[in-house]
Amino acid sequence: MADHVEIANLSKVFPTPKGPLRVVKDFNLKIRRGEFVSLIGHSGCGKSTVLSILAGLSDASAGGIVLAGKELTGPGPDRGVVFQSPTLLPWMTAMENVMLGVDQVFYTASREERRQIAEYYLTVVGLADAMHKRPAELSQGMRQRVGIARAFALSPKMLLLDEPFGMLDSLTRFELQQVLLDLWNRNRLTALMVTHDVDEALFLSDRIVMMTNGPEAEVGEILEVPFARPRRRQELLESPEYYRLREQLIEFLNVRAYTLKGQTPGQGHGPGTASHAPTPAAAEPTKPGANADHAALKKEPALKA
Amino acid sequence: MTFLKKIQWDALLMPLVGLVLTLLAWQLVSGRVTPQTQADGTVEEVKSGLIQDLPGPLQTWEKTKKYIVEPFAKREELDQGVLRFTWYSLVIVGKGYAIALILGTPLGFLLGLSKNFSKMFDPIIQVLRPVSPLAWMPLGVVIFANSGKSANELAALFTIAVCAMWPTVLNTAVGVRAIPQDYLNVARVLKLSRTKTLFRIMIPATLPYMFTGYRLSLGIAWLVIVAVEMLTGRIGIGNFLWNEYNNGLYTSIVLCILTIGLVGYVLDRGMSLLERRFKSAV
Repeated sequence: MADHVEIANLSKVFPTPKGPLRVVKDFNLKIRRGEFVSLIGHSGCGKSTVLSILAGLSDASAGGIVLAGKELTGPGPDRGVVFQSPTLLPWMTAMENVMLGVDQVFYTASREERRQIAEYYLTVVGLADAMHKRPAELSQGMRQRVGIARAFALSPKMLLLDEPFGMLDSLTRFELQQVLLDLWNRNRLTALMVTHDVDEALFLSDRIVMMTNGPEAEVGEILEVPFARPRRRQELLESPEYYRLREQLIEFLNVRAYTLKGQTPGQGHGPGTASHAPTPAAAEPTKPGANADHAALKKEPALKA
Repeated sequence: MTFLKKIQWDALLMPLVGLVLTLLAWQLVSGRVTPQTQADGTVEEVKSGLIQDLPGPLQTWEKTKKYIVEPFAKREELDQGVLRFTWYSLVIVGKGYAIALILGTPLGFLLGLSKNFSKMFDPIIQVLRPVSPLAWMPLGVVIFANSGKSANELAALFTIAVCAMWPTVLNTAVGVRAIPQDYLNVARVLKLSRTKTLFRIMIPATLPYMFTGYRLSLGIAWLVIVAVEMLTGRIGIGNFLWNEYNNGLYTSIVLCILTIGLVGYVLDRGMSLLERRFKSAV
């Protein structure tokens, strides 16, 4: 099948007081149509930078992206973005927030048709009773449901998810992963998700792209996730294969993310890496239901909350 | 329970205590007028007290009662109820204030949106901002001298608008600069047009700041009215005060001061209620 998205030699250099800092170097990735790909890596490894370049919110220093045969320039509603915080406009109801995008994309449709599109997606994410509420009246989880509905309602060529559940408690996170997966199963949008949560990546993705540590982060290894769809979390958790893949991911993050870049694991290279030292406890596959965030990866959401 | 009660008591009682103490102090320092029969049989008023010409609270009440108990009466052009005078003033303040908002809000947006615009005009604004209404007023009179009958009104509006618009300008500019990048990203990702971005994202996001500016501007507009009426002779509460001063009726001055203060307080409370509504909506 033809590649739907092609990211070629993507690099990003940030100017800093100490001179230019190359955060991402020669990032290459091809994504098939209808594929769900996750980017996983330590904080500061540039995975969010890659996503924001795809979203058009940030310019690449070198390299380019082709989406559905067209080179991307700037942002646009052909990519639905789910941000880490839902970024809903607080003066609009959930419905109005979704409609803002729907009006923009389906401007040829009648007002009634557009309303139905928004209503459909809000209902699917479980907000049928809350669609006329303002974000302030919604819980954090419900707000992110609106964020998901807003992205899907655009019927985009691609879905971009930037740590979409990073700010939620683990129970809500599980719920929303299911909501996202159900919705995704209906349209099979090509999706790229940035995450630091190993279990989230395994549950949702077809492929997991592991990034090496920054600076000059690049694609380290790619893991195929062979589980059949539609997936059920319980079945995954009962499969020994799941734990093998999980261990492989953690092993990469704890060791090879560093060694591939010639760094020593556990030595602080770049921001936020000092605390990720591999310990025997961290390498042990913990029960995912009880501890979704791996101990070694726990630092990030706490900082952003 | 008792704690709640205590708070409510305090909220009601303490201001009352303050009021009584202030009235007492006022009475103490104010002057008294006592009629005294002289040796030659004429009656002369003798002033005494710490500040001889400051009318005390009781005296003020007695002498100005007629303006208060019939607040909307119109006996003569210069003899009207105190709220009637106030109403004339409020009308002109309202007009000048409206001009200030209509000019000030877009100016604030331009300052907030464009760094270059801000660099060009911010220094000028900072220089014009502290200029007193008393300084603007003569300029206004000169500018509109040839406007015939409405010259006075135009000069007054000019002064009120020019003095009152700065808080609106500056707060709007701050609000625009403070729009979260997240909201602007939503606009960029959805490729909203410039107009849509302005009306659906930027203005609602700036609204709380704008209303802080609006509240401060209203305070200044009301502050300016007395100066404006003194200089133009327009009928109103400030003009009444000035006339009564010229007539030597000092009790009326006290009445006017209290009225201006109370009206200003009510306006400010009203605006801050509005402001809070907009803040909670956001």
